[in-house]
Amino acid sequence: MTDTLTPVLTAHWDEPDAFTLDGYRRGGGWQALPKALAMHPDEVIAVVKSSGLRGRGGAGFPTGVKWSLMPQGDGKPHYLAVNADESEPGTCKDVPIMMANPHVLIEGSAIAAYAVRASHVFIYVRGEVLHVVRRLRHAVQEAYEAGYLGRDVLGSGFDVEVIVHPGAGAYICGEETAMLDSLEGRRGLPRNKPPFPAQAGVYSLPTNVNNVESIASVPSIIVNGADWFAGMGTEKSKGYGLFSLSGHVANPGQFEAPLGITLRELLDLAGGVRAGHRLKFWTPGGSSVPMLTDAHLDVPLDFESVLTAGSQLGTRALQIFDETTCVVRAVLRWTEFYQHESCGKCTPCREGTFWMVRVLDRLEHGNGTEEDLDKLLDICDNILGRAFCALGDGATSPVTSGIQYFRDEFMQHQKEGGCPFDPEASTAWSTS
Amino acid sequence: MPFPEEVRSRLDADATQIIGRYPGSRSALLPLLHLVQAEQGYVSADGIEYCAAKLGLTETEVTGVVTFYTMYKRHPVGEYHVGVCTNTLCAVMGGDHILADLHSYLGVGDDEPTPDGAVSIEHVECNAACDYAPVVMVNWEFFDNMTPASARELTDDLRAGNRVTPTRGPGRLCTWREASRILAGFNDDQATDGPAAGPASLLGLRIAREHGWTAPERAPAGRRAANESNESKEPR
Ligand SMILES: Cc1cc2nc3c(=O)[nH]c(=O)nc-3n(C[C@H](O)[C@H](O)[C@H](O)COP(=O)(O)O)c2cc1C
Ligand code: SF4
Repeated sequence: MTDTLTPVLTAHWDEPDAFTLDGYRRGGGWQALPKALAMHPDEVIAVVKSSGLRGRGGAGFPTGVKWSLMPQGDGKPHYLAVNADESEPGTCKDVPIMMANPHVLIEGSAIAAYAVRASHVFIYVRGEVLHVVRRLRHAVQEAYEAGYLGRDVLGSGFDVEVIVHPGAGAYICGEETAMLDSLEGRRGLPRNKPPFPAQAGVYSLPTNVNNVESIASVPSIIVNGADWFAGMGTEKSKGYGLFSLSGHVANPGQFEAPLGITLRELLDLAGGVRAGHRLKFWTPGGSSVPMLTDAHLDVPLDFESVLTAGSQLGTRALQIFDETTCVVRAVLRWTEFYQHESCGKCTPCREGTFWMVRVLDRLEHGNGTEEDLDKLLDICDNILGRAFCALGDGATSPVTSGIQYFRDEFMQHQKEGGCPFDPEASTAWSTS
Repeated sequence: MPFPEEVRSRLDADATQIIGRYPGSRSALLPLLHLVQAEQGYVSADGIEYCAAKLGLTETEVTGVVTFYTMYKRHPVGEYHVGVCTNTLCAVMGGDHILADLHSYLGVGDDEPTPDGAVSIEHVECNAACDYAPVVMVNWEFFDNMTPASARELTDDLRAGNRVTPTRGPGRLCTWREASRILAGFNDDQATDGPAAGPASLLGLRIAREHGWTAPERAPAGRRAANESNESKEPR
């Protein structure tokens, strides 16, 4: 029986120097790379494949399978792009990983680069987290000095360069093909797929894109074995992951647990919904996945179960809202976010998010009608599946799920001629 | 008016380093824009011309990139640029109150510096610190669990030139231009300042310790997958 919480990535975060080379080594760090370098790259891929690790960036694509899609023996330079753009609303796991333990990401990057035969690693980190940028660069420098990066790593003949590349503020650059354009010094516009990044990525060369947490999980798999990892979690959602609880909980924070833990269990650990209040709605994986309600407390938080419950596991960003929160306000604000971040490349998303904001704003201020709800659902219909990238699809999630669970509350705004909620009551400092 | 010779030659040395990091030179555009922003506090027409010339791009191409990304400013902002998160979770937790209060307290609009040039404010989107909501960023450093009162005090200190320390960050807050220089690729010496993790980041670990919960021991050798057969049999 696996324990309720399984600290691996977080296991040493309470040591003040956890982010240094010495701190990481003291906890057993940098032992996976030599072990991986003693294996054939295909063997490394095979281990990651059989561990069952699935992408931690939201979509859950099997990491080892993705690696095996990189061409081999093509004689071209290959790249690894680490997606450290973490900007999905509610998502706050990669930033603390990089702040507290950048070395585990660098070690994982070196191993992944070896496996996919990449000569360069780009860590595309969002620019708005300056101290994380400092910590990453510091760790990269320490790793070079220790011979873990650079030419002929640990005498293996393997060469790898790691470049920490801060972005400049654009949520869409977290979408993997937009990130590739951004890495090439362009506006971050999504590309057509196919070709997939493994065929034509940065500079049109084979590129493997993975999330920070996916890559950071690799050293533990190499050191402890695929079975060890697969022994945690559920049948199809294996291993551990960070669950980030935020919002109206007594004690928000990070919980590293096997996939399949429930919100009820996590809330228990976090001291419950804040005192005197009850759960109203929550997101299992950021704002781009449909919200759930107090009817879903016992849904196992794994890829399959959350899908069956009508949402997606996404980034395990559990944003908790209690009954003081106006769902219309929440949905409006998220939709404003998508409108602002829409890159404008395709019409359904660019126009659709624009109009949804207008309609939602009218509803929130009590000037909406029942037909407005149908109009919103109609617009969502026209975005979902028709948008060029997943940002557009994600933009429909709060709207359709908000109306699905709280239709009456939207209409209550009309009856009362405005928002019936007191915004003061939902604040962190509210005592009511 | 292009940059004076002295500025240009100083920038050239940095630009050469930046471009040298990348397999393809155009990849250097984002860091180069951070670099010219570090020089002037914003990306001016001169800055755009400089980057275009360095990379063999047209000024139109560079302008198109500048306007796409929110961190590049086309006008001077304050020496300390304050970003208040008003994405849904922070907004609901009080970010909307903090932003509205700062606007009226400081008497400035979005991205508009106070008359002394010390502080400007804008609303920012989710900054990946939701377990510390409401979150305020100053020059992209974290100020966690803020209130309208603590945000006012923060801007007072910034305007008075008092030392201000981020919750999870360096001992000394950088100016806007210094921060831009770090983003361009030139670290200061503060990487090892500050905690490894804040209290919310450590919550799960602390609870696991209390209960004696850990990740499983590594599987015994006999049960390990065949494709790992060449690993050492040493105990960990
Ligand atoms: C609008 C949008 C934003 C995204 N932002 C991120 C992000 O910040 N970090 C991330 O890892 N993946 C993000 N993704 C998912 C990536 O496109 C991609 O699936 C992921 O990086 C793959 O890594 P993984 O297989 O290791 O999960 C985003 C996707 C979309 C559509
Ligand atoms: S869906 Fe939105 S973000 Fe994606 S390409 Fe279309 S306009 Fe751009």
